[in-house]
Amino acid sequence: MELSDSVLDHLRRVAALPDLSGTRYELETEIGRGGMGIVYSARDRVLDRRVALKVLDLTPAGEAQLIAGLEHPAIVPVYEAGTLPDGREFYAMKLISGARLDAYLAEQPTLAERLRLIWRVGEALAYAHSHGVIHRDLKPQNVMVGKFGEVYVMDWGVKAIAGTPAFRAPEGPVDQRSDIYGLGALLRFVLPDPNPPALAAITAKAMRADPAGRYPDVPAFLADMERFEQGMAVQAWPEPLWHRLRRFAARNAVLLWLLAAYTFAKFLIFFLRKF
Amino acid sequence: MNKIVAGLLFGLLLGAFDGATAWFYPEVRPMLTGIMIGSSIKGMIVGVLSGWFARKVQSTAWGIVVGSALGLLFAFLVAVMDAAKGKPHYLAIMVPGFVVGAIVGFLTQRIGTRDLASERTR
Repeated sequence: MELSDSVLDHLRRVAALPDLSGTRYELETEIGRGGMGIVYSARDRVLDRRVALKVLDLTPAGEAQLIAGLEHPAIVPVYEAGTLPDGREFYAMKLISGARLDAYLAEQPTLAERLRLIWRVGEALAYAHSHGVIHRDLKPQNVMVGKFGEVYVMDWGVKAIAGTPAFRAPEGPVDQRSDIYGLGALLRFVLPDPNPPALAAITAKAMRADPAGRYPDVPAFLADMERFEQGMAVQAWPEPLWHRLRRFAARNAVLLWLLAAYTFAKFLIFFLRKF
Repeated sequence: MNKIVAGLLFGLLLGAFDGATAWFYPEVRPMLTGIMIGSSIKGMIVGVLSGWFARKVQSTAWGIVVGSALGLLFAFLVAVMDAAKGKPHYLAIMVPGFVVGAIVGFLTQRIGTRDLASERTR
């Protein structure tokens, strides 16, 4: 009996599915593939909830232990780790319902929403760095935006992954400043075109080829972003005088209008008094 | 600096400045000192009340509305007192008073702390 290609493909897919016997999970469907393994949605029979199950292809990289040590609202929590009957390692984590960053941007969020997103990613990075963890592979595919605007950074600190070219720092041995490069690349990715020169300058500073030229840490990067959001001068950009004046006028528009109204009223009264 | 002190200072400065513009009117120039003192006191009262309001309500729009209303009210009282002395100057006193009140109301919303620590201990 001959089997058609579609039947063979189906059989291959079924054969590749992880055997979850002996675990508390029931397989649902594949939801993603990465360099280190495949992520499935599954049902936790004990707690009757859906989870994301990552089955690792390679030798254990300590990914689950690494993430489990990080407790932050923007880092997906790990529920359990274990070994499948075929010897592959797996770990269960919170199933995020939402969109990947690149898909989220297709919904045309506002600039403020885009910046808030980068801010959340930066907060997670700053937290991880304070615990000695480097992400190593920041890219849009590793950022999820939930239904209610919550942001999650995934795929932390996997040493086997060298990073994604467009978001990878050029230096060899990676450190916290390599993540700052990735964060800058992520900011550049989310910015609409054309973008404000101050934000372009923040991106450029974060993505300098020389790590010493970048922001010293993530809080410094976020502080410059905050300055932009508050209408203040950013450290990354020595702005020209005309731009400084324009920014001052934009920040103090109400006060300038009131002063103009006062001056106008005074002039009017001065000239009308003779009539 | 809390908002009431900020209001007091802005009211004093803007009131004094507004009073000083009377110099451009030769007919009232001899009374310039009195006008400046009166205008400063009016500005301080509007500033303190606007500062007190800014501690209770955080809204630039409402700060401007309340500041301008207070400015108008006190300018009206000053204009009434001025009218009792002779020739009335309602427009020349009330319009700038209204705008100065708006500026003080705006500034008290933007500048100065709400002093929440002292409010919590009450």
